[in-house]
Amino acid sequence: MMSWSPLVLSLETAVCATVLTFFLGIGLAYWVLRLPHGQSMADALITLPLVLPPTVVGFFLLLIFGKRSFIGGILAKADFSLVFTWEAAVIASFIVSLPLMYRTARGAFEQLDGTIVAAARTLGISEWRIFWHILLPNAKSGIIAGLVLAFTRALGEFGATILFAGNIPGKTQTMSTAIYAAVQANDYDLAFTWAIIIGTFSFVFVTALNLWLRHNRQGASSWN
Amino acid sequence: MELTVNLQKKLRHFTLDVNLTIKDEILALLGASGCGKSMTLKCIAGIERPDSGRIVLNGRTLYDSSKGINLPPQERHVGYLFQQYALFPNMTVADNIRFVAVGTKAEKEQAVLENLHRFHLDELADAWPRELSGGQQQRAAFARMLASRPQLLLLDEPFSALDSYLKWQLELELSELLKSFGGAALLVSHDRGEAFRLAERIAVMQNGDIEVIAPRHELFAAPQTRAATLLTGCKNISAARRIDEHHLEATDWHLTLTSAAPVPADLRYVGIRAHYLEARDASGENTFPMEARQVIEDTFSMLIMTAASSEAAAIRWETGKDIWHSLEGHPLYLRFPPDQLILLTR
Repeated sequence: MMSWSPLVLSLETAVCATVLTFFLGIGLAYWVLRLPHGQSMADALITLPLVLPPTVVGFFLLLIFGKRSFIGGILAKADFSLVFTWEAAVIASFIVSLPLMYRTARGAFEQLDGTIVAAARTLGISEWRIFWHILLPNAKSGIIAGLVLAFTRALGEFGATILFAGNIPGKTQTMSTAIYAAVQANDYDLAFTWAIIIGTFSFVFVTALNLWLRHNRQGASSWN
Repeated sequence: MELTVNLQKKLRHFTLDVNLTIKDEILALLGASGCGKSMTLKCIAGIERPDSGRIVLNGRTLYDSSKGINLPPQERHVGYLFQQYALFPNMTVADNIRFVAVGTKAEKEQAVLENLHRFHLDELADAWPRELSGGQQQRAAFARMLASRPQLLLLDEPFSALDSYLKWQLELELSELLKSFGGAALLVSHDRGEAFRLAERIAVMQNGDIEVIAPRHELFAAPQTRAATLLTGCKNISAARRIDEHHLEATDWHLTLTSAAPVPADLRYVGIRAHYLEARDASGENTFPMEARQVIEDTFSMLIMTAASSEAAAIRWETGKDIWHSLEGHPLYLRFPPDQLILLTR
């Protein structure tokens, strides 16, 4: 009888990573758009985990949080090590899925006509109210799309996770790392089962997103 | 209500340099597109930041580069009506107004009802901006602007997004609204008729400079600069040179003209409006034989491009269709009324 723990761990890490990604991705998108200088640099830095090999991200995470690093040293003094823990799996998924949320949120904010924000300002509306009552509601579709992309990416995260969080069954082994372990152990049936489960999850989420977006679309934006 | 503006801002092709004061009146900024009119409004509203200068509204300093003051748009209490109206797309008409209204909950509801009613929007209270026509959007934007209780109105080409029939309807409405607002308003326009009908004074802008500010009748009677003359709709301008107290040579037109007004020594241009030219049977004072180069039938008049000789620059003449038909077959003489010549030194 196979253990369901990789499924549970995958969902747990993906949900936690997506919650972090959701708030930070939107916050960063808003922050970068309002930067007077250095937008390109900030944008590139946040987008980097999307284009780098996940192993490079995992390696950097090891360097930053490892025992020999500054942060790792501080954590070690508190008798805590991040490497090869469940928290490390969350951080890895978070870093890798952040660019997807950030970019889609930023694109959605940019879609809104700048004069609408300018008009709100001249009408005395505070920046805080503009964000919550004008920017967010008008960027809703984009933000939901970013959320689903980030979640499915976090769910399938492998490279950074295996380097930074390891592949410890029952502790840090997620569905994607379980597939790797199964293939290594020549257990193709198990690998196939996980592959089907993760594929189904992702397909259902993305399809649900598409249906929702189609339902919310105003006017035809289909190309046929 | 008083607004004084002194601002400088370097733009791509020229430097904006504006100096003006408005006091309980409607002032129109008239200029070709891209002359810096809209940028001036944006600087007053705080959407754009000037490089230097000072903007004071009713004794409150909105911007002062020497003191480092630059109030955010939220604290300026300046209403800005955008060309595309900029209604919040995720709110109904009533919510658009409620969202910006000030005061207690009851006061806000009061402001919503009042402004909906005042702008004949009662039936559209629950409509979404995308469901409104251009004219309805403009009324909604105006209602929303007044609900935020501005101390000054800035209107950026308020009719540019509308077709010509609606334009006239809304112009009538806007003129009533501006009268009922009672405060100061600054209107940006490239349409001389619109500026003349809506504003008491008109400032002519060219390449970021205010060339002339004058009461509207004065401006159209004596536009003072070449750009102002063109913007007030005068189609005919020629380089000119003074001959004596009452005579000048229009060098582009190859004509020597008599002027009722004394000719300034530094005369540079002379202009005459196309409909002030008069048809005659023979030569006389300021009356010359002209050749018709091109005849264009307009809706209710004829436009005739004429010139004194084949080398001379063309002059546009507008006349009634009946007059033109009665002249057919006869040699053409045009009189340049000496009291209608516009004499320009810059």
